[in-house]
Amino acid sequence: MYELIGVTKQYRRGQARVDALAGIDLKIAQGDRLVIQGPTGGGKSTLLQMLGGLDRPTAGSVFLDGTDLAKLSESRLTAVRSQYIGFVFQSFNLIPTLTAQENVETALVPLGVKAGERRRRAAEALESVGLGERLAHLPSELSGGQQQRVAIARALVKRPQVLLADEPTGNLDESTRDEIADLLEGLWQEHGLTFVMVTHDSTLARRAPRLATLRKGRITVTENPKAQAPSPA
Amino acid sequence: MFFTYLRRELRRRRKAALVVASGLALGIALVIVVTSVSAGMKQAQGKVLESLYGLGTDLTVTKAQERPAEGAQPTRPRFEFQGGDEGEEQSSDRLMVQGFQTLADSTVATVAKQTGVDRAVGGLSLVNLKIDGEFRRGRIQRGEGQGQAQPPGQGQGGTGGPGDTVTGGGAAFDVDSFTLYGTDVTTPDLGPLTTSTVGEGRTFKTTETDAAVVVVDSAYAQQKDLAVGDELTVKGVKFEVIGIATADSGQATAQVYLPLKRAQTLSGSAGKVTTVYVKATDSTKIDAVKAAIQKNVTGTTVTTSADLAQTVSGSLDTAAGLASNVGRWLSYAVLLAAVLVAGLLTSSAVSRRVREFGTLKALGWKSGRVTRQVVGEALVNGVIGGALGIAVGLAGAYAVTAVSPTLTAELGASASGFAGRGGGMAFGGGAGGPGMTRTAAGRSVDIALTAPVSLTTVGLAVLLALVGGLVAGAFGAWRASRLRPADALRRVE
Repeated sequence: MYELIGVTKQYRRGQARVDALAGIDLKIAQGDRLVIQGPTGGGKSTLLQMLGGLDRPTAGSVFLDGTDLAKLSESRLTAVRSQYIGFVFQSFNLIPTLTAQENVETALVPLGVKAGERRRRAAEALESVGLGERLAHLPSELSGGQQQRVAIARALVKRPQVLLADEPTGNLDESTRDEIADLLEGLWQEHGLTFVMVTHDSTLARRAPRLATLRKGRITVTENPKAQAPSPA
Repeated sequence: MFFTYLRRELRRRRKAALVVASGLALGIALVIVVTSVSAGMKQAQGKVLESLYGLGTDLTVTKAQERPAEGAQPTRPRFEFQGGDEGEEQSSDRLMVQGFQTLADSTVATVAKQTGVDRAVGGLSLVNLKIDGEFRRGRIQRGEGQGQAQPPGQGQGGTGGPGDTVTGGGAAFDVDSFTLYGTDVTTPDLGPLTTSTVGEGRTFKTTETDAAVVVVDSAYAQQKDLAVGDELTVKGVKFEVIGIATADSGQATAQVYLPLKRAQTLSGSAGKVTTVYVKATDSTKIDAVKAAIQKNVTGTTVTTSADLAQTVSGSLDTAAGLASNVGRWLSYAVLLAAVLVAGLLTSSAVSRRVREFGTLKALGWKSGRVTRQVVGEALVNGVIGGALGIAVGLAGAYAVTAVSPTLTAELGASASGFAGRGGGMAFGGGAGGPGMTRTAAGRSVDIALTAPVSLTTVGLAVLLALVGGLVAGAFGAWRASRLRPADALRRVE
């Protein structure tokens, strides 16, 4: 599915040059579940953005099913994001003026899905994350956990091949964190997704079959044969 | 989704939207009011010019003023009174051509043949001056011891002795003058009479080319207590008043209108006209017609309404200048400022929504779609501002029309083409009176200002609103389109 070869990302911060990623080589197979951990500023989010086609490497290649995302035009990259990749963010990133259903619909807009079909699929997606009764609620009328469920529904409504989650439980309390973790793992299994998640949470990390640790832009991947099976969603 | 998102965003940022729309509304309202007031000014100026020219007249042709020969006295009417017996009434009635400059009436035909001339008609402006009165002889008061006072020439001979004085004596004269205009009755739709409406009686028939009939201006009729059917004597000839005319705006060109041929005969100006009124075939080619007449009809002065407009002064001219200069620039400056403020507010709104737009781009929204959303919101602000501005502007224009402030136009007489040029009267008789010069004064016309709003003005306002919205949206759209999703999301972290 993914193959990263010598991916380097450098930033300029004033006069200083920062190596967010320093020659990353990584393979992620179809249906893999990979958790990325590491200290703040270690390059976790940068790596996730490379995988999601949100940013381009300074050097190296990011292959997704054989296509180098680093060399795609902006419009092709946008198309890849709209069709194949679902994102879940730490701050939920919902549009505050749109209802839960409309927020989910925003993921279908770039695919040209007709309004009626959009509404139906958004309602189904929200139903699948347990928010069937909250379609017309604005984000401000939902709890943090519910908002993240809406964000997950938005990521999955287009039936992506890849789900990328950046600290999806970072803004949630412990019980909600477990609910969301269970939900994500259940959906991963149910949909056969390739699931990459960045987290600081060691509890969540222990549940992943593969664990990548990023320090100073360098990656170490370890297998975790004792990964906990996900609870039912 | 576009409209839902747009509606919700505008509702969320109601205050900012109101500020943007209000700014645009103010600018647009100012543009409407200033444009309509300017149109009103033009209309007022047009009315003033029409009062001189007549409806439909594009140009006038008059005799070019000639430089007087060296040492020559300017032409002026001269009244000769012979001293007669004590109390003998003296009377003189003069009908003179205004300005003493005439053209042969063949000029009318020559002008009519010029390229671009639709029609031409001649007219003769006259002034009637009647002086009635008497001289009273003075009495010689003899010096001490020389007998009683007696009129000069009686008694002891014509020479006075030392110490004699003359007392009493003098002259008492009434001066009555009025203006006349000899109009070509065969062409009733061109010339000065077209700006007057005959309210009582009737106007001339086209057959009355030499009839002893007159149409009297209502102000003069009131002054002289004239009514339809009355008789008016001009230079000893009796005319029947067939109509009372009221000038549509300002003052009438003349106080009495009579058939041209009769006017020519009466004033001893047979075959002469003072002014040729010209209607062009195409009102956009007046300058070309003017050039053709100037080239082919020598010894004439051709005046267009544009030339005449330059002689308009007074509060109308001041207000027109203010409207077209200060007002117009001020309104555009306000509009520009409003658009800039709207642009900055839109740009600032985009800055606050970086995460939102970054997220949408991460979801696969193309830059164009995000840009359209931003521009759409700004455009709606522009439309709201435009609607508000049009409403306020129409109310402002309506208020100006309702108040109808009166403006005065001073018209330079010399440029009018048919006013007097330095006429004068010398009173003779006895020792000769002091010279008295009557300079033809400029006319003063009061015009009520209106502010007509044309569809073009409303169209301009709508266009400005849309452009304002688009320009404001462009500020934000430019920022939104340059937004990279990774940067947008990174800023959140």
